[in-house]
Parts: sequence; structure tokens; C-alpha cells
Amino acid sequence: MEKFETHTGVGVPLRRSNVDTDQIIPAEYLKRVTRTGFEDGLFAAWRKDESFVLNNPVYADGSVLVAGPDFGTGSSREHAVWALMNWGFRVVISSRFADIFRGNSGKQGLLTAIVAQDDVELIWKYLENNPGAEITVDLVGRTVHAGEIVALFDIDDYTRWRLLEGLDDIGLTLRHEDLVADFESARPSHKPVTTPA
Amino acid sequence: MAGTLAEKVWDAHVVRRAEGEPDLLYIDLHLLHEVTSPQAFDGLRLAGRPVRRPDLTLATEDHNVPTTPGPITDPVSKIQVETLRRNCEEFGVRLYPMGDADQGIVHVVGPQLGLTQPGMTVVCGDSHTSTHGAFGALAFGIGTSEVEHVLATQTLPLKPFRTLAVNVRGQLPAGVTAKDIVLAVIAKIGTGGGQGYVIEYRGEAIEALSMEARMTVCNMSIEAGARAGMIAPDQTTFDYLEGRPHAPTGADWDAAVAEWTALRTDDDAVFDAEVDLDASALTPFVTWGTNPGQGLPLSDSVPDPESFADESDRLAAANALAYMGLEAGTPLRDIKVDTVFVGSCTNGRIEDLRAAADVVRGHRVADGVRMLVVPGSAKVRLQAESEGLDKIFTQAGAEWRLPGCSMCLGMNPDTLAPGERSASTSNRNFEGRQGKGGRTHLVSPLVAAATAIRGTLSSPADLQTAGQPQGELASATTGEA
Repeated sequence: MEKFETHTGVGVPLRRSNVDTDQIIPAEYLKRVTRTGFEDGLFAAWRKDESFVLNNPVYADGSVLVAGPDFGTGSSREHAVWALMNWGFRVVISSRFADIFRGNSGKQGLLTAIVAQDDVELIWKYLENNPGAEITVDLVGRTVHAGEIVALFDIDDYTRWRLLEGLDDIGLTLRHEDLVADFESARPSHKPVTTPA
Repeated sequence: MAGTLAEKVWDAHVVRRAEGEPDLLYIDLHLLHEVTSPQAFDGLRLAGRPVRRPDLTLATEDHNVPTTPGPITDPVSKIQVETLRRNCEEFGVRLYPMGDADQGIVHVVGPQLGLTQPGMTVVCGDSHTSTHGAFGALAFGIGTSEVEHVLATQTLPLKPFRTLAVNVRGQLPAGVTAKDIVLAVIAKIGTGGGQGYVIEYRGEAIEALSMEARMTVCNMSIEAGARAGMIAPDQTTFDYLEGRPHAPTGADWDAAVAEWTALRTDDDAVFDAEVDLDASALTPFVTWGTNPGQGLPLSDSVPDPESFADESDRLAAANALAYMGLEAGTPLRDIKVDTVFVGSCTNGRIEDLRAAADVVRGHRVADGVRMLVVPGSAKVRLQAESEGLDKIFTQAGAEWRLPGCSMCLGMNPDTLAPGERSASTSNRNFEGRQGKGGRTHLVSPLVAAATAIRGTLSSPADLQTAGQPQGELASATTGEA
């Protein structure tokens, strides 16, 4: 995983709440067996509408998505994170994220910055008045800079540390393989196995 | 120290705990399907890692499979299923493929085999893994990176969830089901109301539910934003499990039951939050919008977006009405549907099919309505056929299909056409979920069956009074819901 310290890129205002993962990437696009190429399905239904924000050429290089509350609800599909990252997004800003989506993002290096809804409104207004403007997201200082606006954001300490260091979860866990083996040796014998009964 | 059910199961699975870090939890059962696993196996291959415990891992084919006889014709779906088969063979994971006697929707298969047991940790790359919580297991959906993590280590680093008690007091009236309970819960707390929580469903109405009905309730916990839903195991749970292929036997059974019996929230334990619902005031519930929290009693009307206090709710309701092609003030009972879907991991079990068949028996599906009945697994299908349910459905003009996720999500040939409207026993009414432009109303199997016969959103009570004015029927509200 790539290290994440600060990122500056074009901010994209998405004035929608409850953006579920079926909207981020519909099921028909989930059939690839790779982690790449999912950008074609990103917001596929909404992109059919010419007025949809991502169809505006000034946002073609957008990399910071600024969305309404409850972003990423619904299906656990990590394809939603891949689709956003394949498109070029590095950060999503929202006042509230669904748990599974937030977890998936942290594993892939997509920063989910929790910003108070009042600040999200200010950033939306700034981006709509300055289409194509860049936003800086500073993970070290936990701040979002949009023009004159400086907003603090929340992220849990552990995910922040892993993103700053670019650390892979599996490698971290395998350092404790002996503890896993100890736990396994003490499991009750009545626990089921999937091999033929 | 006093603890809740969720905390007890959590604590019994902590492999490592360190200040400032997530707990490392051991996973007792890892279920796989074709959609969220290929990239995880690929990751293992790249890193040269084996599957640590193939004997605690099980795969089934469900999301992409067609529900009519014959092979998969969509070439991309085919590649995904073939990739799962290759991966399972290479890594030594047991797979129930299409056509196998134990194939089915992953969340129907686990419980049916007796693999889901109280006090276990169960994960799957699928948000509806919460279903398994009906047994008092801590069961939750994970992303593909986490699937890879569990395959490699049989553990997951996780921050403890908070606990939410949903107390469903009183007795359910006749004709009101587990689906109505959970739709009412979601409407009450919202799609974000459960965020960060494990829900424990408690109270008289929950204790009275069968295992399958409990699975319906826990299944939709994720629709309230919760990671998991749980119900304390009791005699109903033990009776369901005893004698199933993977249930313990002999001395192991006795030891297991003794352990399971202790899996209860202590009387003096404190939940982080509590919500109360009066079961006796519930009536059949349906959704009108494009998220599962946008639901109302069937006796109600499409709401006016202006009636919502919160600005983002107002906007969401206006967007939903535009997408759904509905006008504020229309009685929900007047909404005409094109398709009725009975099935999915929410309502595709034998009791669901029996309930729908009882309503359909002796009636005909309304002209212009297509009714699809899709058993949740091959075993459910065989059981239904041995009871003659398939005949009841086909004689009424419904289609009787092979098991799979089917019309719950548009990944297989069963989809809605743009603008088509369904009454569906599945779990999500998101825009396009059942096919591009499709419009979904979430309902119970009883409401689905009655709707198929009348052609408009209906409950079985409406069939008994057919021809009479509908106005005075079931004017009840959901009380606290």
C-alpha cells in the first residue's frame, strides 16, 4: 500500500446523502476478477444524466469527492473502493460513512475523512463557486483546506497510522502467528469444520 | 463483569489485545462466494500464502447463477464462477457448485448444514452475513481485503462494536411477520441508525419467532447500518440444530448445549443504546422509496417530501419519489406492480415459501403480473417440491425456479426492465438494485403473495374482502415505529 501524507487535487461536490454502494458501482459491473478497470462502472446510472457532476469536464481530474452523509451504505463490495480509486479518487469527504465501506477504504489507501456537515456545506459552496478548484487534505494535521476554509477531520488513530506508514494488515497480523496457533490449540472440540461430516 | 451477548462472543475470540490497536479476533467460519473472493485468492497467490484453515472455510455459487436450467450464458459471469472453482481446487477449499445437492445462497446453506452455531464468529464477503446472528453467533460482512486476511490468518483485526438493544415487546398480530418487524425497525432508526453497533434483538416477540424468522430479522440488520444482528440462543435454536449434518453429537452435543445456554446478556449488563418497539401495534410494512428506511405500514400513503423535518431527508424523499414514479398522497395499496419476487437470503427459506404458497393456493396471479418464486437453496427446493408447493405456485401462474440470489440483485439473468415495478421479499430497494431503472418495494412473503394475486400492493386480508371497499381495512399504525 502506498503511503498517504497529504493530497492536493480537484474537489468534486456530490450533493447526495445515502450514496449506497449499488450507486457507486452497480452489480452488473462486479464480474471482473481483477482489482482494476472498475472505473467504467463508477456511478454508472447517474453518469447517464448529462448534468451529473462527473460529466462536467472541469471535474475530469477530480480526486477528492465531497459527499453528503451516510456514504457507502449497503453491500460490502470492495469494488466500490476500487471503482473510486480506479477513477482517480484518493479521498472521500463525508460527515458519516458506512462501517464496511470505511474499513474497505482503509485497507486500500482511500482516505475517508469525516468532516462535520456544516463544513461539508461550506466546501460544497466553495467548489460550486469555483468549479475545478483544488482541495488539500493533510492526514498529518487532519485538516482539509479549500480556499480560505480550513476544516478539521476525524479518522481513527490506527487507520491513520497505517495509511501514514503504508502498512499491509496481513503482514502485521502474521507477526503474531504464534498467538493464533496458541488460540487454535485451545478451541473446543465441538466447533464445526466444513470438511465432510 | 456483566456483559452483553455480543461482548461475550467477542471476548471469547480475542487472540491478541494491545493498547491503541484493534483486537485480533479468531474466525470460526469463513463463507465464500464467487463475487467477492477472486481478488482475495489472487492476493494470496501473489504473496505465496496458503489458506490457513481450509477446514473452516466453505464456498458456494450463488450471485451469478441463472435460476433456469442450463449453463451460465453470460461469459463474464461464467469466468467469475470458473475462477472460484479453480481457486477452491488450488487452495483446498470445499465448494458447493451449481447443481450440487447442497448448493444455494451462502446464508441459507450455512445454517441448513448446521455449520452456523451459537457463540461462533462467522464472516463472509457479503453484508448479509448478519443473517447467521440469529443463532447467537457474531456474524458480519467483510470486504475483499478482509476476505484475503481471513484466508491467510483465520483472524481479523477489529475495533470493538458498540451494542444496541432492540426490544420488541408484546405479541405480533396474525398476518404480521419477522420481515415487518425488521422493516419497522429500520424505518424507526434509519439506514444510519445502527452504524457502529451490533444489534441484539430481544423481547417476547423475538423469542416467539422460529429460527428461520429470526434469520430474516438479523439478515436486514445491515440495512439499518449495523454490522451485525444477534439473538440469544434458546431451546428453539437447539431444536433447529440438533441432528443437522455439522451439528455436534454425543458428548460434544451436551458440552456445546451447556456452553450455548450460558450465552445470554447478563441482567445487569448495559447496552450503549436501546430502542423499543411494540410488536402488537405492527401491521404489514412496505417500502415506498429507494432506501430500506423509507417504509410505512401498507395502510398508509406515499409521503409528501415536504413533511420531513430534515433537509437531507426531504431531498432524499423527493429523489426517491421521482425515481419510483410515485406521487405523494397515493395510497400504498393503489400501487400497481409488474413483478413479484419471492426468494433471497432474507425470505427464501422453506417457511417463507410455505407462507407464500398458503396465500396463493386456489388463486391466480393477476393478469400482467409476473411472479418468480426462487428457493434459497437446492435443499429448500427439494423440500418444497416434496410438500407440493411448486405445484401450488405453478398452478397459480407463478414461475418455479432453481436456487440462487436471483432478482435480489442484477448480477444474473433475473432482472427488472427499466421502469418496471416489483414487490420483492429481498432486502434492498436501492436505485437499480434489481436491474437498471427497476423500482422495488420491499415486502414480506405474505404481502408478496397477496400482491401477486391482486396486482397492487396488498396483504392477505385484502383477498378475503375482495370486492369490498378497502378503506376501513387495517387502519392501524405502527405505534412507536
